Amino acid sequence: MILPGLILVLIYSYGPMFGLLIAFEKYVPAKGMMGSKWVGLDNFRYVIEMPESAQIIWNTVLIAIMKIIAGLIAPIITALLLNEVRKEVFKRGVQTVVYLPHFLSWIILGGILIDILSPTNGIVNQLLGWFGIKPIFFLGSNTWFRYVLVITDVWKEFGFNTIVYLAALTSISPTLYEAAIVDGAGRWKQTLHVTLPGMASIIVLLVTLSLGNVLNAGFDQVFNLYSPQVYETGDVIDTFVYRIGLVDAQYGVATAVGVFRSVVSLFSISLSYYLAYRFANYRIF
Amino acid sequence: MLEHYTVSRRVFLSFNYVFLACLGIICILPIIHVLAVSFSSSAAAQAGYVKLWPVQFTLSSYDYVMHKPAFFKSILVTLKRVAIGIPTNMLLTVLIAYPLSKEAKKFPMRTFYAWTFVVTILFSGGLIPLYMTVKTTHILDTVWAMVLPGAVPVFNVILLLNFFRGLPKELEEAAFIDGAGHWTTLWRIFLPLSLPALATITLFATVNHWNSWFDGLIFMNSPDHYPLQSYLQTVVINRDLTLMSSADMKSLTEVNDRTAKAAQIFLGALPILLVYPFLQRFFMKGIVLGSVKE
Repeated sequence: MILPGLILVLIYSYGPMFGLLIAFEKYVPAKGMMGSKWVGLDNFRYVIEMPESAQIIWNTVLIAIMKIIAGLIAPIITALLLNEVRKEVFKRGVQTVVYLPHFLSWIILGGILIDILSPTNGIVNQLLGWFGIKPIFFLGSNTWFRYVLVITDVWKEFGFNTIVYLAALTSISPTLYEAAIVDGAGRWKQTLHVTLPGMASIIVLLVTLSLGNVLNAGFDQVFNLYSPQVYETGDVIDTFVYRIGLVDAQYGVATAVGVFRSVVSLFSISLSYYLAYRFANYRIF
Repeated sequence: MLEHYTVSRRVFLSFNYVFLACLGIICILPIIHVLAVSFSSSAAAQAGYVKLWPVQFTLSSYDYVMHKPAFFKSILVTLKRVAIGIPTNMLLTVLIAYPLSKEAKKFPMRTFYAWTFVVTILFSGGLIPLYMTVKTTHILDTVWAMVLPGAVPVFNVILLLNFFRGLPKELEEAAFIDGAGHWTTLWRIFLPLSLPALATITLFATVNHWNSWFDGLIFMNSPDHYPLQSYLQTVVINRDLTLMSSADMKSLTEVNDRTAKAAQIFLGALPILLVYPFLQRFFMKGIVLGSVKE
């Protein structure tokens, strides 16, 4: 039963892992993987000596961490506020609408964002204009680009991520609230002493799991929003690999960067799963 | 509701309703704005008069988009991709999740196989080796290049196998006593009981295939074979003018780049906007059951 899936995974997931060998070659497509010249660690050395390298790693980590933090806080707050709502219709309505952006692709959202953030006729700059603020070229400015990435990423995903927290909230036993009320706790005290501790384990779990994403700043989003003007602050490892690999055809070098990213990711993801298992008793299956 | 609210509680509640309503509005306002632009005349859109309601209502940008052969072709490619991709994904997900949901006693190699699949989410060959693999298996430039590499959605497998494990064991045992084999048990007992989970992962697989663009962009040599999202990427995001014919250029002066883009963005999102509200109630249940375990 498991065989067809296994074969496909062996070909398309394990197959490429052998392809990682070209990171150690001066790969020429015409000569193939076996025929190309073996250069050992030269590609890695080349990457380390490239002037952009440090900047790109910094961008990747910084953007990813900003996203992780903002992406954790927003859904927790939303879930807490939604939990206070007693009108089912209103609650459902808000939920339906805030989940929606998660299901649209970064192509669609990128197209929308490029339009509304445009400095000439974008609606955001028109709004700012009413307050006497000069148009800002959000997607072309090195000061703004990272914030745009973080805010739009939170905008896309926070609604969807509230699902997990809402589920955690509904599993808190009502008797705890009754006990708190008997002890004279108001709504705020109840949130502080019952709700938050009740959510603590799931928060710890998601924080630990998100640590695995430090080298993942989101290829789809960055690729569809950036432009050469903001390479300085917005270029991340994945977009860089795409450019030097498929656009400039430096296959060996691009694969070397990929190997670096994969190894660090493997390490950080394994560590985060281990921590999640250790402290939140989480297992993948 | 017989609860008596204090003044501060009332203030908080009204604040809460207003805040959450604003949050909801922020989530869909950009989409409504683009929709309004797509229905507006090019002059009004260009001058920035359009806010949330079409100004000088016209369908000309939709008319223009609908008569664009490239847009149409890309929709056909996407439909073909969805038609092949989703059954493939679902079949493989079920076939892998069922044996893996068994105890190690009944399926001795379980842990080994499970890790074989999980490793693929932890570690991958990366972009260029994947491209080479797709090339050596001779599926480049065909719809299979967008189906086979992602044919096993490991994350969905995990969701489904966790759901399977939550089903009562007695049912399975009873089926076996009645003489059912594994296939019958899977088909007659497990699948009918797993409808919320199956609906959820079908939604995920559908959204995934509908929204994918990068594989189309790199595995398809000819823009004629681009799925919708890859096509939109080149036209809406990259402003790739080489894909436009001179006739396109001419009608662009009438329709205007901005309204035409808005129309295409909206059409690209439309199927999801239509399907999503109906599947929503399923996925709430499906995800929660798969992710939060006690």
